[in-house]
Amino acid sequence: MPLITRRTALTTSAAGLGLGLSGCSKILFADKLTASSDFQHVLARGEAWTLASQRFLLSGGALAREYSPADISPKFKPNGTLYPGGEDYEDAVNEDFVSWRLKVDGMVARPLSLSLPELRALPARTQITRHDCVEGWSAIGQWTGVPVGLLLKAAGPFPQAKYAVFHCADNLEGEPAKGGEQAPGQYYESLALVDAVHPQTLIAYGMNGRPLDVAHGAPLRLRVERQLGYKQAKYIQRIQLTDRLSGLYGGKGGYWEDRGYEWYAGI
Amino acid sequence: MSAEIDVIPHIAPKAARVRREVIYRHTFLVRLTHWLNALTIFIMIGSGLNIFNAHPHLYWGQKGSELDRPFLSIDAVDGARGPRGITTIGPVKLDTTGFLGVATDHGQVLQKAWPSWLTIPSNQDLADARHWHFFFAWILVANGAVYLLWGLLSRHLKRDLWPTWRDLKSIPRSVLDHIRLRHPTGEAAKRYNVLQRLAYLGLIALVSLMVLTGLTMSPGFDAFAPWLLDLFGGRQSARSIHFFCASGIVAFIVVHLTEVVLAGPINEVKSMITGRYAVPPEHDREPALSPEGPPCP
Repeated sequence: MPLITRRTALTTSAAGLGLGLSGCSKILFADKLTASSDFQHVLARGEAWTLASQRFLLSGGALAREYSPADISPKFKPNGTLYPGGEDYEDAVNEDFVSWRLKVDGMVARPLSLSLPELRALPARTQITRHDCVEGWSAIGQWTGVPVGLLLKAAGPFPQAKYAVFHCADNLEGEPAKGGEQAPGQYYESLALVDAVHPQTLIAYGMNGRPLDVAHGAPLRLRVERQLGYKQAKYIQRIQLTDRLSGLYGGKGGYWEDRGYEWYAGI
Repeated sequence: MSAEIDVIPHIAPKAARVRREVIYRHTFLVRLTHWLNALTIFIMIGSGLNIFNAHPHLYWGQKGSELDRPFLSIDAVDGARGPRGITTIGPVKLDTTGFLGVATDHGQVLQKAWPSWLTIPSNQDLADARHWHFFFAWILVANGAVYLLWGLLSRHLKRDLWPTWRDLKSIPRSVLDHIRLRHPTGEAAKRYNVLQRLAYLGLIALVSLMVLTGLTMSPGFDAFAPWLLDLFGGRQSARSIHFFCASGIVAFIVVHLTEVVLAGPINEVKSMITGRYAVPPEHDREPALSPEGPPCP
């Protein structure tokens, strides 16, 4: 006998199609699972495995690929804050950032406060690297700045310091929600010290051979080339060394981290 | 509904039960990894489409953003009668309202590339979709590694999947059999036919490419293995290939499920759960086609 009749085939296909059309998330109760904090806890194991495996693979301090000048994006898409609000920043722009200071403090032996000319006088690194946004796009730019490792060495972190927290001048108030509700907040980011002292991690003041422009983070921004775009904090005023992230802002170590994104953004 | 193919009189099922030989077709490990893989790939596609929605454009090369030229875009644009979903592939613009770009979800018109009913989670949330995607990516890799390792050691891959020279020569006949919806019976049904072998090996290749192009999108992994960027021609090329391979996997799933349905869904699904497969008896091969021609709707 035929193994299958046309009727059975059609009924089964129709049932399958109906199941599919009712929604992929519905079949798996994916929306209910997403809303459950227990399940989010399970999913968070993935981030821990990714962090552990990339820490292992990158333990030799491998560098991110550097590109040639011909690869530089003709237009580097600015994202996030394009112009920080507030009188203080407005004044800083008008006076060409002459009184802008970068502070390095917290768990350090010698707190620093550096002006832009002082930063420019320090040994600099220039690199042409790819910026990968968490959304999926990429742009290539040339960055010039002071390696964060150099600043930390000068400040002398205490042995118990584990993170470098980067405090920014921009408030992402009014940024449209990505999915759920999104509270306004001061932008900030944080890195484990192993990433902060990586040779390609810079406090950059130059982009494509010119001073950094406002949309791209003037006067100072972070470059962490082995992580995603949201780690590359702009408008940096202060680097704080600390042993925990829990007391700061939302407690997850960054503006987007406080809104559900991974703290380790190597993937 | 016209011609019914079931031409066997009522006594047939009873007779068939006596005749049917049952073989142990799928080992426990194949069954376990099959279902885990099916669940995982389903989740990877759903969460992947949600991630895609965060930037519904594809590029070729190292870089690409809205300020460059994508070769594929799914946009919502304002039309005279509300927003329209426009899918652009190269120079071709298609109105895909209702499915891509603009779709209705519970009476609400939503402007996003892939519709809510296809994505995991159903609402647009890049952070949550990434959590799903990267957790199940680990499951996919671990499950695939167990299957491949066992498949090599037990010679399952060599014996059951790798086509022999004779298999390859039978491709034209097998294609014809498949088109005529004729499925192997008797001895021939005890082993995978050549198209099955090629399809399963193709799936292994596609999933491997998914993993490699996925890793190429990771700035951390790129620092460890920069050769991946050269292999795929850049991060944005890798992202596009990731999407093409996912489309290939969707095509595999459609064909796979169709074949399961056509070959006898109960026997096939049962064999992937219990391992036991009732071999279709030899002499029933002929009446598979109705005399008027192929049973196409």
